[in-house]
Amino acid sequence: MTARIGVVTFPGTLDDQDSLRAVRIAGAEPVSLWHRDKDLHQVDAVVLAGGFSYGDYLRAGAISRFSPVMETVIEQAKAGMPVLGICNGFQILTEAHLLPGAMLRNNHLHFICRDQRLKVENAGTAWTSDYTEGQEISVPLKNVDGRYTADERTLDELEAEGRVAFRYLDVNPNGSLRDIAGITNAAGNVVGLMPHPEHAVEPLIGTGRTDGLGFFTSIIKKLVNA
Amino acid sequence: MARVVVDVMLKPEILDPQGQAVQRALPRLGFEGIADVRQGKRFELEVEGPVDDAALARINELAETFLANTVIEDFVVRVEEEK
Repeated sequence: MTARIGVVTFPGTLDDQDSLRAVRIAGAEPVSLWHRDKDLHQVDAVVLAGGFSYGDYLRAGAISRFSPVMETVIEQAKAGMPVLGICNGFQILTEAHLLPGAMLRNNHLHFICRDQRLKVENAGTAWTSDYTEGQEISVPLKNVDGRYTADERTLDELEAEGRVAFRYLDVNPNGSLRDIAGITNAAGNVVGLMPHPEHAVEPLIGTGRTDGLGFFTSIIKKLVNA
Repeated sequence: MARVVVDVMLKPEILDPQGQAVQRALPRLGFEGIADVRQGKRFELEVEGPVDDAALARINELAETFLANTVIEDFVVRVEEEK
């Protein structure tokens, strides 16, 4: 069985092609999904890619969250389908309340683009099982609305339940509370993170490392063994 | 037609770096004595028909689900003018 992994394109999505490519390089069948189409075309998992959907008007991810495809994604994610939100995709997942908290303008107000070291805090999610807990990886990061925020009670709950999936190492690039770079829902099927693993799947580009490939190989293993 | 205004502001406990950047620029412009600035959003909705309780309830729902993200923002709805 070849896993079919869908990547949604909204108006303003930029990293759908890189995400599709990462899916293919990892060994799954990439499927392009269109934001106005409610049908997920029998995919086994969905990636919400990075970019600036709807120009980040209103708030990053706020308008996309109400697009037809998201009705199905939200319904299926609640039923257990794996969903990965990268950067703008993470913002969409918080706006859709599939993940708690919200994303705010970086504390220094600048767009930031850098190679970012991360610590894998949770290697038990659908998208992180090919990593080990405590592993340090480096993937590109680029955003202007990357400051993860939630109230203290939510943050405590995330920490207590091991739902902080990734933390920034060395530098906190945007003022995210408790250095949070990525989180997971309680079931572990929905994961969101600000840095971009899809840009680090080939040695020739990006960081020159393939530290991001693990997201895509993790989900393939999960789907094939399911 | 009536105009309904929805003001959206970051919650007081949420850091507002945009407001801070504006505040820091004030002395350079000769404005002294402004201790803090916070930046928000104002939506003006031109509403067809009467703004009765039912219409206001719908606008409140719109503000709560879409115009504001209540995880980080507060909002106030008010009818500004009836024509």
